[in-house]
Amino acid sequence: MSFTIVAEQVSKSFGKKEVLSNIDLAVKKGEIYGLIGPSGSGKTTLVRILVGMDSDFAGKVNVLDVAMPSMDVLSKIGYMAQSDALYPELTGEENLQFFASLYKLKKEERQQRIAYAAELVQLTPHLSKKVMAYSGGMKRRLSLAIALIHNPQILVLDEPTVGIDPELRLSIWNELSELKKQGKTLVVTTHVMDEAEKCDRLAMVREGKIITSGSPLELKQQYEAKDLEGVFVKAGGKRV
Amino acid sequence: MRTIAVVKRIFQQMLRDKRTLGLMFVAPLFILTLFHFLFTDNTTENPKLGVAHVDAAIVKQLKKKEIDVIEYERAGDVKKTIVDDQLDGFMQMKGDDIRLTFENSDPSKAKALQIKIQQTIAAEAAEKQAAMMKKVLHGIQQQLHAPVKMEQMQPPTVHTSYVYGDKDTSFFDTLSPILVGYFVFFFVFLIAGIALLRERTTGTLDRLMATPIRRSEIVFGYLLGYGTFAVIQTLIVVFFAVKVLDITLEGSLWHVILINLLLALVALSLGILLSAFANSEFQMMQFIPIVIIPQIFFAGILPVEEMASWLQAVAKVMPMYYGGDALKSVMYKGMGLGDIRTDLLALFGFAIIFVTLNVFALKKYRKL
Ligand SMILES: Nc1ncnc2c1ncn2[C@@H]1O[C@H](COP(=O)(O)OP(=O)(O)O)[C@@H](O)[C@H]1O
Ligand SMILES: [Mg+2]
Repeated sequence: MSFTIVAEQVSKSFGKKEVLSNIDLAVKKGEIYGLIGPSGSGKTTLVRILVGMDSDFAGKVNVLDVAMPSMDVLSKIGYMAQSDALYPELTGEENLQFFASLYKLKKEERQQRIAYAAELVQLTPHLSKKVMAYSGGMKRRLSLAIALIHNPQILVLDEPTVGIDPELRLSIWNELSELKKQGKTLVVTTHVMDEAEKCDRLAMVREGKIITSGSPLELKQQYEAKDLEGVFVKAGGKRV
Repeated sequence: MRTIAVVKRIFQQMLRDKRTLGLMFVAPLFILTLFHFLFTDNTTENPKLGVAHVDAAIVKQLKKKEIDVIEYERAGDVKKTIVDDQLDGFMQMKGDDIRLTFENSDPSKAKALQIKIQQTIAAEAAEKQAAMMKKVLHGIQQQLHAPVKMEQMQPPTVHTSYVYGDKDTSFFDTLSPILVGYFVFFFVFLIAGIALLRERTTGTLDRLMATPIRRSEIVFGYLLGYGTFAVIQTLIVVFFAVKVLDITLEGSLWHVILINLLLALVALSLGILLSAFANSEFQMMQFIPIVIIPQIFFAGILPVEEMASWLQAVAKVMPMYYGGDALKSVMYKGMGLGDIRTDLLALFGFAIIFVTLNVFALKKYRKL
């Protein structure tokens, strides 16, 4: 069994406050792995460690069998932050161009990827607008397009569908499944239980600990719950 | 390659931000012009001196010294008279005693007036003395019935020449080289610092850490990107100062540009370094009174050699101390590269230190 991302005994504190404690997880190649938990449970902190943005933690993280952080691996990860980090005075296309130029892409391939990513998030008609004129949902979509820009093997998406309308949300999830079929590995955080159903496997996070993990079906059977929310409550979480 | 991407992005952002461009390119010219007129076109009015019971001869001499003399019958309440009649001073004589009262709201003006009056009185006294001597001599001659030879006293002629500048040198001539450098320093510091700060507060700097860009590539991208604008600004300010305002330039224009470019590099690297210690634009502004304003005191407007020794030590860690000295040496004293070598090396040293510290400061984001 080949694991793309392996975290062992990961703990992290901000000052005296422990935000993550002894997290173990293993993400398989070609699956969508969900991190579900209420706001403030530590999901963002965990994925930042997984992608190598934060190296100040205890424990071990290997991505593609390389200890993080590693420059080499960084270029194989597409990351979408929870809060949009975009250049507002630039247009959507210029934002995509800039991030694309940070990766080794041939000019032709770069244009292709920009067109593909923009189409995927349905921003093609808005590419020449400045980002400061974008709505919240449009910024979210642009951030997602940026995460996809270099055709990464691994996608780490932190609450990708917040603020996106249900129709587009569905089409984005369909595209994520499509990417999975191409053999890409996805880690997605969410605090929406019905999105968790779409994950192959998931880990429920509460107060910096993984309280339970498995496929949605396994979890529901194990806890004899009719939905994942029931699982969360029975596994020791409060109602979210 | 990634450095170039950062540079390109900075260009796009700057060219869209017309106000910042204006601040960088037009504001220094505006302030410099203002200074120019403030210090060169001052049509100084003659000081106004009220006098009572003063020798007619002295009054005549005072008038010759470009003092507007207003004669009063009685002195009365001198202080009140000065205020009511908007005089700069009042002079009374009682026998051999002279009483001077000054308005003194501008001490330098009062001092100047005082010096003029004292010179006049001294000259008058000397003349009286000479007249007395003549009289005494005349008396002796008559008693001896023979002429007494006495050499004619001629006051010595004073020839003045200057090592630097000439008799028309104004304060602005020595001030302007420093101002040129200071504006470059100030505006580059502010704009580059705030730009990187914005990158921090909007989260894009953090986001960059999820891409394979190196910390040094970000720092050099910023140096090159904003450096280019700093170069343009330097060229505009220097050419404007020399060609339009006609500021004294004894040395080479290229040396002036070189010094300013080094100053800009120091300001740029210092600005982006200090932005690491600010959480908002407002906090960045707080560095101005702490870091930027003190530099002007040590830039050579006030003579550093006459400062207390601990202040002189402080001056040595101020980039503007070296920049100001180099600019004054080239622009006002007409010195060459050899004379300002130490200054240039010091500025270069500052730049290298700040750039290195910058790469380290980003470590709090990522270790690579
Ligand atoms: N930079 C930080 N400094 C201090 N505390 C932080 C910082 N980032 C996150 N935290 C704290 O860590 C906890 C987990 O936050 P986060 O990982 O953002 O949760 P989630 O993404 O699940 O909403 C929260 O209590 C938050 O206040
Ligand atoms: Mg979060």
